[in-house]
Amino acid sequence: MAIQRKANIHILDGNQAAAIAAMMSRVQVIAAYPITPQTPLTEQLSQYVEEGELQAEYVAVESEHSAMAVCTSASLVGARTFTATSSHGLAYMHEMLHWAAGARLPIVLACVNRAIGAPWNVLNDQQDSISQRDTGWIQIYCRNNQEILDTIIQAYRIAEQVFVPVMVCYDGYILSHTEMPVDVPTQEEVDKYLPHYKPHTVLDPAKPKNYNLVTLANPRVGVDGKLCHGYMELRYLLQEALQNSKEVIVKAGKEFNQVFGRDYANVFWEDRNEDAEITIVAMGSLAMEAIVAADMLREQGIKVGVLGLRVFRPFPKSEVVQALRKSKLIVVFDKNISYGSEGATCSEIKSALYGTYINAAVRNFIVGLGGRDVKARELVEATKKAIASLKETVVNPDYPEWICEI
Amino acid sequence: MGTRDCNHICDESSPGIGEAGRTGEWRTLMPVIDDKKCTTSRLNKPTCFLCWLYCPEAVITKGIPPLINLEYCKGCGICSQVCPVQAIVMVHEEKTAG
Ligand code: SF4
Ligand code: SF4
Repeated sequence: MAIQRKANIHILDGNQAAAIAAMMSRVQVIAAYPITPQTPLTEQLSQYVEEGELQAEYVAVESEHSAMAVCTSASLVGARTFTATSSHGLAYMHEMLHWAAGARLPIVLACVNRAIGAPWNVLNDQQDSISQRDTGWIQIYCRNNQEILDTIIQAYRIAEQVFVPVMVCYDGYILSHTEMPVDVPTQEEVDKYLPHYKPHTVLDPAKPKNYNLVTLANPRVGVDGKLCHGYMELRYLLQEALQNSKEVIVKAGKEFNQVFGRDYANVFWEDRNEDAEITIVAMGSLAMEAIVAADMLREQGIKVGVLGLRVFRPFPKSEVVQALRKSKLIVVFDKNISYGSEGATCSEIKSALYGTYINAAVRNFIVGLGGRDVKARELVEATKKAIASLKETVVNPDYPEWICEI
Repeated sequence: MGTRDCNHICDESSPGIGEAGRTGEWRTLMPVIDDKKCTTSRLNKPTCFLCWLYCPEAVITKGIPPLINLEYCKGCGICSQVCPVQAIVMVHEEKTAG
């Protein structure tokens, strides 16, 4: 394989970029169940294993629930583990996602974002991963295929320091099946960046231990006389780990730059936000479309900037506030909907701004569900509509607007 | 001093006597072995020991006769269910104060 040699540009789709990243991260156990649009990724990985290119155990499981069960067991006994899924597969994994995070296992999962039924739909939106928001996983969203490759490698570095699993999310088809130039690093570079995985616990028959058994509400004294965590203390530690992981994510991104020459010392991307009066917020590949929309609006003399969210969990509240401090209007585009409320990123932005003296109006648009094409000119129109709405009221509406033909 | 000092990152415990506290306090029914019926005791040979094997709290000795540590027996009654000769009966116990 060419990737063993000097870094060079390959034309790769998102799934290929993810497979290469997992291989170069020297994953030891892969357990996955194929689902559109993730399938080519798992096929590629099983081929790497079959051909002996990747020294790993590929466990062909009967469901995504089992896939994550295999990953948790393998991770607990010290293997670097990887899985990937989409949509219904991720939903089916839900219970074990909680388990992986609760057991503090540094598993990396590639979520190839796809809509969820009913009705059946195999195309892209971000409802699947957003629905797993509260499972205790770090969530990082990619804008392009280079970011997929880079983020999966970084994800291991992050997860294995903070002992929190990481979900690397990228848009189905828009990225997973679209080829673009990707700079593939050498194995030496990845080895330099990624130390061996050291598990937080080592199973040893000479020193038998119970892990994650029935844990009562209150702390209890263990056989060694030490006061051990109750259920609530363990939940506190998971929240604390997520809170503290923000720093580790930024540091891992900075260190990535030192080895690979691409800087990820950020929790979101900004485009022309310094002098912007209006900021468009979007996540994943949608942020790239927002940049095109910002170009068009700038040409019309409207000072627009873009904030492309990269890290959704932990949500970077203070950084978002800092980035939005000059905005008079924030237009949030969501490829998901929290039914009965609004887009998930919009809620996060509003919550970050509350009580900060930033009095920007926030407008939320739901776009691109089930693979509905999102055109830059639609983002332009929506932004203009949001600007016009300020003449009527600066008060934020209760519910979002939808860009669809109803 | 909080629980942080245990240095556990996830739930962790070591197996040992009383690891889950005085489980004997949970008991409402108490197992009583009738040595005249118990095959092991009757033959005076280490034979059956199904109660020892199945007790989830591991509080029955593998001796002749098998003995139950009532400080930790939680009264689940599994031993009485698995005994092939019905030598173990679950009885109401008179709990005395203190
Ligand atoms: S099986 Fe249950 S009832 Fe019997 S000795 Fe063990 S704990 Fe007690
Ligand atoms: S199971 Fe019954 S017969 Fe067997 S050792 Fe226990 S008490 Fe005796």
